[in-house]
Amino acid sequence: MENLSGGDLLTRALTDVGVELIFGYPGGAALHIYDALFRQNKIKHILVRHEQAAAHAADAYARVTGRVGTVLVTSGPGATNAITGIATAYMDSIPMVIISGQVPSARIGEDAFQETDMMGVSRPVVKHSFMVQDPSEIPIIVKKAYYLASSGRPGPVVIDIPKDMTDPNQFFEYRCPNTVSIRSYTPTVKGHGGQIKKAVRAVMAAKKPIVYIGGGSLAGQGPELLTRLVKKLGVPVTSTLMGLGAYPGTDEQFVGMLGMHGTYESNTAMHNSDVILAVGARFDDRVTNKIEKFCPDATVIHIDIDPTSISKTIAAHIPIVGSVESVLRDMLKMIETSGKSLDTSALNSWWQQINEWRDKHGLYTQNRFDTSGMIMPQEVVQAVYEVTHGDAVVTTDVGQHQMFAAQYYRFDKPRRWVTSGGLGTMGFGIPAAMGAQLANMDETVACFTGEGSVQMCIQELSTCTQYNLPIKIININNQALGMVKQWQDMNYDSRYSEILYEDSLPDFVKLAEAYGHVGMKVTKREELKDKLKECFAMKDRVVFMDIYVDPHEHVYPMQVPLQSVGDMFISRTERT
Amino acid sequence: MTKRIISILMENSPGALSRVVGLFSQRGYNIESLSVAPTEDVSMSRLTLTTLGDDEKTEQITKQLNKLIDVIKVIELSNSVFIERELMMIKLKATGSAREEIKHCVDIFRGQIVDVTPTIYTVQLVGDSDKLTAFIHAVDETAVLEVVRTGISGLSRGEKVLSL
Ligand SMILES: Cc1ncc(C[n+]2csc(CCOP(=O)(O)OP(=O)(O)O)c2C)c(N)n1
Ligand SMILES: [Mg+2]
Repeated sequence: MENLSGGDLLTRALTDVGVELIFGYPGGAALHIYDALFRQNKIKHILVRHEQAAAHAADAYARVTGRVGTVLVTSGPGATNAITGIATAYMDSIPMVIISGQVPSARIGEDAFQETDMMGVSRPVVKHSFMVQDPSEIPIIVKKAYYLASSGRPGPVVIDIPKDMTDPNQFFEYRCPNTVSIRSYTPTVKGHGGQIKKAVRAVMAAKKPIVYIGGGSLAGQGPELLTRLVKKLGVPVTSTLMGLGAYPGTDEQFVGMLGMHGTYESNTAMHNSDVILAVGARFDDRVTNKIEKFCPDATVIHIDIDPTSISKTIAAHIPIVGSVESVLRDMLKMIETSGKSLDTSALNSWWQQINEWRDKHGLYTQNRFDTSGMIMPQEVVQAVYEVTHGDAVVTTDVGQHQMFAAQYYRFDKPRRWVTSGGLGTMGFGIPAAMGAQLANMDETVACFTGEGSVQMCIQELSTCTQYNLPIKIININNQALGMVKQWQDMNYDSRYSEILYEDSLPDFVKLAEAYGHVGMKVTKREELKDKLKECFAMKDRVVFMDIYVDPHEHVYPMQVPLQSVGDMFISRTERT
Repeated sequence: MTKRIISILMENSPGALSRVVGLFSQRGYNIESLSVAPTEDVSMSRLTLTTLGDDEKTEQITKQLNKLIDVIKVIELSNSVFIERELMMIKLKATGSAREEIKHCVDIFRGQIVDVTPTIYTVQLVGDSDKLTAFIHAVDETAVLEVVRTGISGLSRGEKVLSL
């Protein structure tokens, strides 16, 4: 067998684990690796304009494909620039491998040029990390990294590679086993039979059940199995921001997102439920509101692959550690063979109650915003939804526009909703759209953003030009850091501290044009739909839609802080 | 909040300890004491850690520790019967009549004087933490010049073993 340099071992190992696409940015400590990349043709590299964007793009690629995203950066500033993107992926449990160049082994600890302790800096935001200490270990480390990133509860894994490990003049045999096992890592996949039986019994005896799904239910066949189970039981289902699309968003049994900006019907149903079946969700503070007031009558069944998620905030009465896929499959089998179903009359009156809530304040049963004046942010999302027939891959930035997108773009299929939930990272939208587009060049990819967020990674418009990534940017321009403004309106007597730009916003149309793209400004309601149609008809162009909306609109419903799940402001003037 | 003793078997690899310690600061847990060394199999380290917590908190800590990739096994020793030992070395000013008094005290506590100068005794003592603390209180506090304690090491009583 021919011997390879460390750089070639790396590209070979990456190819062997199935990597086709790398997002990255070169620099001194990564030069040998970049040279190895140049000398091969199996892996395509996308040169971003900022390492943060490389991580976000790889993250989005992972979210839409279910595969591991790959990032390559240099040491020091390259590595630290990637940290925000790594933390974003970590909080949302996204499988990703980040390869960072490092100063040569002999220089480590000397404060060498562009030296940063990447192992240390990234430690709190990675699932695991490796530092290469012997070039011949590169293939096995790569294999382990991809295995760790994608198994159990997925997450980002760092491989830090000192420059001398990829020395082009030193050669090693390529040795890599077909499978890896790590003695200290054995995620529990199969749920405990006794616990599952208990869970099934509790669900079947429920009078007011609700299924609460999160990002974990997107794994593998989770969405199909979940849909089968929910259909079989005939029960309502609600989703976290992260879980949207795991269950069809337009289905009757879907009561909408829950949590801080969840629908009235889902939060109210949660609060009044007697059994909660939590599937791959983690009872995050944006969902539970005040822990002590959380769903007082509910028996909590919690299915999660990560034992630390169970009973971390809300104590589970019936904990089940295991993969969503495996546990749901076992539950279905048990329910199907028992031939039993829920108490029909109880379930009917539960649905009657839920439908009353829907009719009263539902987001989809009535228009919950004023359409007499300026364009409203909600109708922008609705219009995009209609124009794209509800079938776009949607990415977002962070703020009010993100919540409106979550509320009004209803996903019938999984892996088409790409948003930074856990970390809430402004700047995520455009690079995420690039990653999603690269995952499938035939899809329509729309990025909902705000004039604040979009400027955090705006440089990526150049990357879109270079690689012909025809993403559609829907800038919901409310001329303010709207989400912050909403909090200042609600909690600080509208003292607008540092949320306005004082006429300094760029001309986004010209900016888009400067990068070689199409820009359109929309200010009138009458034009909205037609302009959007024009935008999405330009299949092979990046289009930047700068849509001016009512700057005063708030996101509702909104949970009243420190209260129960079901305690909400429904509008500026109504409270539950 | 009571004292909890957690025993960890983990990979003896660079960075493993920093991940354990990092977890505690990251999640706002405290470490009262920590002792760590390789086991009979040098690829593994055994770590004993004491912390303060109620049942829920301790359960979350052990789960979080288990989640670290380098950690092979975790048990809470204080959950059942266990043996704990700590080693202390204490340097005491020992002149005149104090020399006899200290020696007497060391005998009572079954310690050893391991270094002697005309004015100093260095005493070594092994036992559970309370015994070591009791010794410090038993000698004249103005005589204490320096104290070094290893932190608790422990294992389960009986047949139970923490191994691969
Ligand atoms: C990197 C980063 N910095 C700060 C924040 C805090 N933050 C959350 S939403 C928001 C305002 C976003 O403004 P914009 O993008 O215009 O969206 P809008 O809320 O107006 O729709 C800010 C500053 C954040 N989430 N991320
Ligand atoms: Mg804004």
